[in-house]
Amino acid sequence: MLAIKNLSAQVNGKQILNGINLEVKAGEVHAIMGPNGSGKSTLASVLAGREEFEVTDGTVEYLGKNLLELEPDERAREGIFLAFQYPVEIPGVSTINFMKTAVNQVREHRGLETLDAVSFLGLMKEKMKLVEIDQSLLNRSLNEGFSGGEKKRNEIFQMAMLEPKLAILDETDSGLDIDALKIVANGVNKLRSKNNAIIVVTHYQRLLNYIVPDFVHVLYKGKIVKSGGKELALELEAKGYDWIKSEVEVA
Amino acid sequence: MTNASVHSELLDLLTEAVLVQNELRTEAMQVFRKLGLPGNKNEEYKHTPITRALEKGLQLRASFVTGGALPNEDQWKISGLNAYHAVLLNGSLLPEKSFLPSQVTAMPMSKASANLQHVKDNMGTYADFRNDAFAAWNTAAWSDGVYLEIPEAVKLDKPIVIYYLHDSQAGQVKSVTRNLVISGRNSEAAIIEKWCTTGSNTVISNTLSEIVLHESARLNHVVLQSDTDAHIQYLFNQFWQHSGSFLNSHVITLDGGFIRNNTRVALDGENCESHLYGLYLLHKNIIADNHTVVDHRKPNSYSNELYKGILEDQAKGVFNGKIFVRPDAQKTNAFQSNRNILLSDKATINTKPQLEIWADDVKCSHGCTTGQLDEEALFYLRSRGINKDTARAMMLYAFASELLDTVNDAELKNYLDALVSERLHKNF
Repeated sequence: MLAIKNLSAQVNGKQILNGINLEVKAGEVHAIMGPNGSGKSTLASVLAGREEFEVTDGTVEYLGKNLLELEPDERAREGIFLAFQYPVEIPGVSTINFMKTAVNQVREHRGLETLDAVSFLGLMKEKMKLVEIDQSLLNRSLNEGFSGGEKKRNEIFQMAMLEPKLAILDETDSGLDIDALKIVANGVNKLRSKNNAIIVVTHYQRLLNYIVPDFVHVLYKGKIVKSGGKELALELEAKGYDWIKSEVEVA
Repeated sequence: MTNASVHSELLDLLTEAVLVQNELRTEAMQVFRKLGLPGNKNEEYKHTPITRALEKGLQLRASFVTGGALPNEDQWKISGLNAYHAVLLNGSLLPEKSFLPSQVTAMPMSKASANLQHVKDNMGTYADFRNDAFAAWNTAAWSDGVYLEIPEAVKLDKPIVIYYLHDSQAGQVKSVTRNLVISGRNSEAAIIEKWCTTGSNTVISNTLSEIVLHESARLNHVVLQSDTDAHIQYLFNQFWQHSGSFLNSHVITLDGGFIRNNTRVALDGENCESHLYGLYLLHKNIIADNHTVVDHRKPNSYSNELYKGILEDQAKGVFNGKIFVRPDAQKTNAFQSNRNILLSDKATINTKPQLEIWADDVKCSHGCTTGQLDEEALFYLRSRGINKDTARAMMLYAFASELLDTVNDAELKNYLDALVSERLHKNF
């Protein structure tokens, strides 16, 4: 589904990614871990098409297409979804209107009929249950005045509505208490299938107790320095990132 | 021709055929001649070159045309709005085209000021004409307008729209109109003002209203500017609030040539409430200036002002908001905010809040922001599959809708919503 080859990127002239190689197949869940400043969020941003990041080298192939050539909205319509670390507050735009527009533009792109108000509401009610989000929240301006947990649940609600092929969760666990974390993880797990893939970007192992990955990659100084199964996350949790750092320095 | 002689010819042209038949007009004419038209050194017109616009737009050697033809209703009427209306054509009220509620006293200003002593007495006592050339010109040279009195406790079922129609097909038009509105105690009314020009010759309009709200009167007032670029407009609305009165003022500017709005509120009583809202969507070469004054003269009143603008192309906007809190006006709450979005490198906004507070126990705040569309928010919308144009329109519409939501009349709100949506290419 996704093939990243030798990807390098910079922001404001500062090199952040230094040759990332990663392959993700349908049905897989990959966790990207690493210390602060290792480039995890940058990788997520580059995949979603955030414009301030400049790709300096490498390629990203997604479902046979050159991903880097696509605009952020084209990527989303092609099935890429980024759950933001810091979801943006947009006064005056309600989540409902925003989602209706998004769902219909995505459906149009996929050659499906657009949803009328009634069927949209039906779909919404079904997906709301997944993350235990209340409709009164969705009637309000997008994320405005939402708590940290509400914002993250809203992200997963949007993911459920848009049914992406490749979802990238950027530090979705940050700022969540254990109950909110469970709700969010539970929502994500219900969306897992053999047809889609998920990349979980996280600093802590905690989230991976609930969203169990098939692969764990450790990012350090803009490079994947270690890959393994889910047990690698546990090892990291036990030994800390210094273990990786010293291993890299020795090598 | 030298600048000075152009200037003096312009003054002559503007005062052509004006009959100065009473003391007030005589004084105002002297003030006008003495002040002259404001140049760019005049602090109140620093970024608003209205004199240059007049020099460019008017033909100094040609007279103004009078009369004209009434265009079709669908060109100027607010569609879908159930309302009373007064119609003026090139500055004269057309009573036979007007439809006003039977509970109010309504007559052409030309008649009211000649026949009603209290109209004569009130004229010029609220709106200061001694420090502004255009206010002086209006006071000296107005030809007609609307006198409206809403009697005590009368609550009007529908808004009253004043339509100022201009026909400049046969030549340039000068339209100097004067209104006096008296909202009686405990009365409730809504007044809407709208301008419409047909013809490509320049129209200079100068509309001045003195609007008095007596004890516990409630008034919704809406200025709707959506005219052609042939129109150079000076507008001065002076509200005067007595105790317990409530004012909602909207100034909505969507199109035109050159616009200067003075919106001034005097809170001359206790427990008054004033809301001043402004929305300007400026494009092409339009210049639009909103000067506002909120003058707290007595204690325990509340005012809130919010003006928002979106500017594109080479449009120029000006916002100047003055708040005065006089020594007597303790326990005043006065708030002001001006927010702008610039969509092009060539669009400009000059914004200036001015607070003068002489009382010590008050709550006042002001703030202004100017920026581009929030890139992070734009990226967020696009990351959900929404294309760039739609995402942009959604955000602009959200910015404008905060103001549209404050319009009480549902029919008017729908009408405005349609105009704003069209301008912002909203198709979501």
